[in-house]
Amino acid sequence: MQWEIVIGLEVHTQLSTQSKIFSGASIAYGAMPNTQACAVDLALPGVLPVLNRGAVEHAIKLGLAVGAKINSPSIFARKNYFYPDLPKGYQISQYELPIVEGGNICIQVGETEKYIRLTRAHLEEDAGKSLHEDFHGMSGIDLNRAGTPLLEIVSEPDMRSSAEAVAYAKTLHALVRWIGICDGNMQEGSFRCDANVSVRPRGVEKFGTRCEIKNLNSFRFLEKAIDFEVDRQIDILEDGGTIRQETRLYDANKDETRTMRSKEDANDYRYFPDPDLLPVEISPAWIDQLKSVLPELPQARRARYISEYDLSAYDASVLTSSREIADYFEAVAKQLPAQAKLCANWIMGEISARLNKEDMDITACPVPPEKLAALLARIHDGTVSGKAAKTVFECMWSGELDQDVDAIIETKGLKQISDNSAIEKLVDEVLAANEQQVADYRNGKEKAFNALVGQVMKATKGQANPTQVNAILKKKLS
Amino acid sequence: MFNDSLKQLSKRLADREISSVELTTEFLKRIKQLNPQYNAFITVDDEKALAQARIADQKIATDKAIPLTGIPVAQKDIFCAKGWLTTCGSKMLSNFVSPYDACVIERFNQAGAVNIGKTNMDEFAMGSSNETSFYGPVRNPWDVAAVPGGSSGGSACAVAARMAPVATGTDTGGSIRQPAALCGISGIKPTYGTVSRYGMIAFASSLDQGGPMAKSAEDLALMLNVMTGFDARDSTSLQRETEDYMRNLEKPLSGLRIGLPKEYFAEGMSSDVEKAVEQALGEYRKLGAETLEVSLANSSLSIPVYYVLAPAEASSNLSRFDGVRYGHRAKAYENLGDMYRKSRAEGFGAEVKRRILIGTYVLSHGYYDAYYIKAQKLRRLIAEDFKRAFTHCDVIMGPTAPTVAFDIGEKSSDPIQMYLSDIYTSGASLAGLPGMSIPIGFGEKNRPVGLHIVGNYFAEARMLNVAHQYQLVTDWHQQAPDL
Repeated sequence: MQWEIVIGLEVHTQLSTQSKIFSGASIAYGAMPNTQACAVDLALPGVLPVLNRGAVEHAIKLGLAVGAKINSPSIFARKNYFYPDLPKGYQISQYELPIVEGGNICIQVGETEKYIRLTRAHLEEDAGKSLHEDFHGMSGIDLNRAGTPLLEIVSEPDMRSSAEAVAYAKTLHALVRWIGICDGNMQEGSFRCDANVSVRPRGVEKFGTRCEIKNLNSFRFLEKAIDFEVDRQIDILEDGGTIRQETRLYDANKDETRTMRSKEDANDYRYFPDPDLLPVEISPAWIDQLKSVLPELPQARRARYISEYDLSAYDASVLTSSREIADYFEAVAKQLPAQAKLCANWIMGEISARLNKEDMDITACPVPPEKLAALLARIHDGTVSGKAAKTVFECMWSGELDQDVDAIIETKGLKQISDNSAIEKLVDEVLAANEQQVADYRNGKEKAFNALVGQVMKATKGQANPTQVNAILKKKLS
Repeated sequence: MFNDSLKQLSKRLADREISSVELTTEFLKRIKQLNPQYNAFITVDDEKALAQARIADQKIATDKAIPLTGIPVAQKDIFCAKGWLTTCGSKMLSNFVSPYDACVIERFNQAGAVNIGKTNMDEFAMGSSNETSFYGPVRNPWDVAAVPGGSSGGSACAVAARMAPVATGTDTGGSIRQPAALCGISGIKPTYGTVSRYGMIAFASSLDQGGPMAKSAEDLALMLNVMTGFDARDSTSLQRETEDYMRNLEKPLSGLRIGLPKEYFAEGMSSDVEKAVEQALGEYRKLGAETLEVSLANSSLSIPVYYVLAPAEASSNLSRFDGVRYGHRAKAYENLGDMYRKSRAEGFGAEVKRRILIGTYVLSHGYYDAYYIKAQKLRRLIAEDFKRAFTHCDVIMGPTAPTVAFDIGEKSSDPIQMYLSDIYTSGASLAGLPGMSIPIGFGEKNRPVGLHIVGNYFAEARMLNVAHQYQLVTDWHQQAPDL
């Protein structure tokens, strides 16, 4: 049977505010346990939550970036359950009237574009952490994380493969970083995915029973967990079994998912509006003000790169995968607007490869956009060959020569020979010295031509302009 | 001196006739003498109180005194006070020393008042008789066989027995007004959002409101001047200009329109209470007020609505008492679930458990719409009744409680009868309106009767004026039990 995979994602993004969502305590990562938990975070008797305006603004920005509806009023609700790392015995979240409703995100898989619809995005507080080691059979509680602002972004079940799910997660990841609402640090848990996975026979409209896989904190795990889960479900169904609706955990070490709790064990969270917090009223003026500070969005920039710089959809996607890369590209391309493709190739090729190799971010790239632009200009005007340019680039990257591009070309003697008469002279010499190959070429051996080009290049230590060499050789041999 | 008003005590302090240390010492002595019998206080700390009195005396000596500087104030044990045991009347918090001050406590501290002790109360403010306290029942100073009302029974008793000149209380469905009535004192629950709830241990967040309890309306006004005002730490605190609650006290009452809800005067009110209320209304007519009939058509629904919403919020508010971070934890347990169950089973009393169960039930999947949502809709209707009534009248009057104080033990096994004690007060709570009670005489067994006055939103100054003018021509508020 042909199976269709159906995936929806819930992504918890930690909002990069200064303080917690309902208290003034810091949310900085990595502090000593319980040093960033104030009376409100500890849920002492009598304390009350006060909403962090910054968290609301971050949520509105996401809503604007995905073309969603911003609800006003928006309501905070209590989700009631007992757990030691949940100090109040309830989590303040949103249930009815979440701050963001609807919207969509455009993903690209290969050359195909697809819109993934969002159901909603709601604000909530994170819980603390239970520490099970070092306490001699007891558990410790660290409430530093309790009250950290989260925006839970829920998609519709619109994805049909793990590749689409990963593309969606990556696009969303880039977007939240792009608009500056989340640092995207997945190791520290700033961006965590839960995947709802089901399968159905192709052509059937009704969704299969889904399983939710919790806490996938890397794109690779997301992909592997979905792939495993899909295989598991198909195996069960093909053996005539049924899928049990449940929450599952992905074990990266064993590369498998396993049951965490079944639907029957699910809590009745007894949601109700939090009487300690007033409904949040969001005025059109507030929304307009946030709209005005929102940067040009990746989708818009991508479209502009295609129309303005004549780039392919693929190139434009890669170059808008982060705001930093896009800004870098734009800084280079502004200087060479007619050679945008050359700029794109270099950034996606040479620069990207070096950054990967050194595990560096483009913001730390030792070759600033102006210098790269200057180098590319010299490629374009024929001063250096593409190959020589790589040597110049290495010089700039390593900082071996702290000079401008022209000076480096000069010092290193990398200037391309573009003088026609000089090249013609060299060609004549090579033709005279390689009569056999000339004869071979004339007898139809195309390969002999390349050997002759090679000879000319060798004679000039690679500095001759290969296009000119080609043209002159052709002329002389015809 | 024990019968002095706040103004009189402040004058004695200002005239150096007595120091705050001496005044505090006198009240501490009286507490030592009377509290073993009346059980109005859970915690009294001479040292802390006298330390505050000494600071107050310095302020007085350097002419930095403001109203209430050096005055002993009894604090309901629901307000967190730094360094003080803060129990909320529960075994659950019998070991909880608060590391911080409630907003209300801060304001009294800033005013230079003296915390004379933490008063007894129904456990987590759930009760109308003060019998649910882990620390035992409080007795009514007018009759030791009677309850003082609740939940602010300790505060009401402390003021009535002159163990403190004034006290704080909190009111969720009548917890200031009903004990004030039963103990023959004055008390006011301001408009919801007027007094910060920060540091006031939550029972039902959308209803809880702090307020003062005192011998007279004038004292209440002075207390409100200290207690009220915007607090950014409470999101439901209202941003308003500061008011002087004394400003209207002396206004004549001619032309005052008093609304009398026909539903209150229909049935359920005992005859002694009715008689006292009629007399008081007669006094008001003499003062130039007119009385007219109004209707609060949904008033019979306030108790059922209240007993859905308040327990719903309470069931969630009390979840934090889990034995994990503070408060009572069972000595022995097998695992996490067992620790929760045992700690909470041991830490909470029967009435608190009953309300947690009710609240959990009405919020549960499948019942939420039928109970919680329905009750919220009715709550709006109840508020609209009041709104309509206030287009015809300035204040609404009636009895505070259907009967005078009942005997200890009389209703403790019948929750429904107990809940009906708040039948006249819970409506204003649900509507968020200010309500107050003043003493207007005595009923059966010579136990006090209170008059309930409900005003429109932010009409506290007008209500205090209405009460004060009555107290100028009557002396019920000056009568004290002979102890």
